Amino acid sequence: MTARDFDAVIVGSGPGGSTAADVLTAAGWSVVIFEKGRNHLIDTEDPSRLATDFSNDEIKFMTRHFLGPDPLLEPRTFRTSQDDGDRLLIGEVNTVPSTVGGGGTHADGKVPRFREDDFRLLSEQGPVDGATVADWPLSYVDLEPAYAEAERLIGVAGEAGANPFAAPRSGPYPMPPGAPMYGALVTSAAAEKHGWHPYPAPTAVNSVPYDGRPACNNCGFCAFFGCPIHAKGDPVASLRRALMSGRAELRAETFVSRICVSNGRATGVEYIGRDGVTRTQQAAHVILAAGGLETPRLLLLSEFEHPLIGRNLMFHFQTYVLGVMPMRIHGHKGRSVTHVHDDFIVPDPESMAAARDCGLPWFKGGMVEHAGAAHPLQEAKLAPWGEGHKDAMRASMMREHLWGFCMQGEDLPQLTNRVDLDPSVRDVRGFPAMRVTYRPHIHEQVASAHYAAKMEACLLTAGAKQAFIATSPGLIGPIPISRHVAGTTRMGRDPATSVCDEWGRVHAVPNVVVADSSVFPTGAGYGPTLTLVALAIRNMTAIASQRGG
Amino acid sequence: MPAYFSDDQFRVVEAICARLIPTDDDPGATEAGVAHYIDGLLGAFTFDPPRIWAGGAFSGRFGGSPGFASFHRLAPLDELAWRTRIEGSLGMPEREWNGPVEGLQEKYAAGLDELGADFADVGAQEQDRRLRQQREFTQLVYEHACEGMYGPPEYGGNRKCVGWSYIDFAGDVQPRGYSDDEVSQP
Repeated sequence: MTARDFDAVIVGSGPGGSTAADVLTAAGWSVVIFEKGRNHLIDTEDPSRLATDFSNDEIKFMTRHFLGPDPLLEPRTFRTSQDDGDRLLIGEVNTVPSTVGGGGTHADGKVPRFREDDFRLLSEQGPVDGATVADWPLSYVDLEPAYAEAERLIGVAGEAGANPFAAPRSGPYPMPPGAPMYGALVTSAAAEKHGWHPYPAPTAVNSVPYDGRPACNNCGFCAFFGCPIHAKGDPVASLRRALMSGRAELRAETFVSRICVSNGRATGVEYIGRDGVTRTQQAAHVILAAGGLETPRLLLLSEFEHPLIGRNLMFHFQTYVLGVMPMRIHGHKGRSVTHVHDDFIVPDPESMAAARDCGLPWFKGGMVEHAGAAHPLQEAKLAPWGEGHKDAMRASMMREHLWGFCMQGEDLPQLTNRVDLDPSVRDVRGFPAMRVTYRPHIHEQVASAHYAAKMEACLLTAGAKQAFIATSPGLIGPIPISRHVAGTTRMGRDPATSVCDEWGRVHAVPNVVVADSSVFPTGAGYGPTLTLVALAIRNMTAIASQRGG
Repeated sequence: MPAYFSDDQFRVVEAICARLIPTDDDPGATEAGVAHYIDGLLGAFTFDPPRIWAGGAFSGRFGGSPGFASFHRLAPLDELAWRTRIEGSLGMPEREWNGPVEGLQEKYAAGLDELGADFADVGAQEQDRRLRQQREFTQLVYEHACEGMYGPPEYGGNRKCVGWSYIDFAGDVQPRGYSDDEVSQP
């Protein structure tokens, strides 16, 4: 069954794997992409045609696991520490999609760059007890050209110069911002009164026709839904280009169960196809882009031995401050989020004093999304049954009136936060399920409380009748609902303190290359996607040219 | 004709849904056909393709060719998952990779039993009392009732989009979408 060998096997078809496929095929490599989920994204017979499987359907996307992972087939387990025993629960733990396109399919496409400081957190801010704060082995300047290329490839709408905290850019965004949501205009005006600097969120959603795909028409089924018209560019754009090169093959519903290694080199992978049969695929390189949870799981299933594999798992510590607005805010129309502000990302004298009061040397918050919105089914499930149900639905506190802020707070890396293999729970194919052990550092909790109070005051300025605060993890339960995961195969120059080198190559087996957010040494207060895509562009370009030379 | 429930069971499910999402000046679960949605979920595999995931990209309600009514074919593992979720593992080793799973059909059979065969014929107060007593089952049916009231009509509920119209929700607006003004203006 191994009729041909490939230059590279790519594990995972999300933003990282699709970018890797695009860059490597452009450099003349032949690649095969293995994806354990189904393909609802692209017509593999004619990749110029985009699939029509996505739809404005709350049942399919919000209750029936259309994008996966199905918690029966791919259960995950969770505990907050070893003190909880083997696990606290089995089921849904982080539902970043398991489907062709990965997390790019369900994201609403906010793709900010990191700032210069995010690449040298240890040097800039210094160590924190109990956390493994580190510098990245590369700088913002090293990555800037790849950031610009990533924005051009996936198509990002934004306004250069609108964010005073942004790192320098070599050029404008490829597209202007899309239509601002009414609620975002209300909270942006209030945020400016509080001295903050809201700006149009950099968004990988077309505001004008781009790359053969249409402009977004504001349907509102954005975050957690696949886009029916493919106005979201990530990762459709890169995957389509890779397939159209004729040098990439996509195999969906195919689970890679093991990386085969001989004498310090990977020779290929073992995989289980749709028919349930295990086969081997040989390749010169193995590119891992299965995401911050599945990439370390595969390394552990393959018995890779570095003690940091799976450790330093980071999410984002999310702080929700939501207000009940008197006017109808119709947050279900538009791109889910159109405005953000970065004012809580840079420590200032006030936050430094608050940190010292809590025994911390410093803390950082994260990007604040101005957001609201829920569709009727989500709202209904939280409404009461019986006589009060329809009054609650007609008044629509959530869909029509709830609006506020979600801060994607920076989550410091800790050795004890990790992914490993559950000792007894299995997936449908009989492999050990991944187990997440996670508990936030006091840094995240202190930062959250500090900024939540400010956001609450701002919502009252914006006219909210009342506002309330929730965090995740926290009030909603111990499992972070943030889908952003990173850090589990940290990169660095020293093989003793990092799993991968600065190009994503696993130190011990250098033809295994990680091309997802697993390599991040720290997580920043921004979504990981654009940074992991930029790293994939930079690293794959380098690896392809070394082989050619 | 229900696809899964017996006629007697169906009457009870209809009566439950009528208490969970009552009819007032606006239509309720009865008018929306919510019980048919639940019947369609529990009987999903009596249809070919199974009624698990409606198709795309558009329903036809706002233009485009109607694709929702053509349900997706299931991949082998998805069929395994959904059969297990709906029917239960029933002692079959190939469904019990993590041990036995109680199916929705089993939960409904037990829950309807507990509520009593006379449930549809007793008064509203007594119905509510029994529903509050069977908290876990009532919560399960309520979640399904919400799906049947506010999900796309192609799944068997939300008939004539009554669940959307009474809350002034347009529904699946693709490919028309909303204008920039509708997004940005009050």
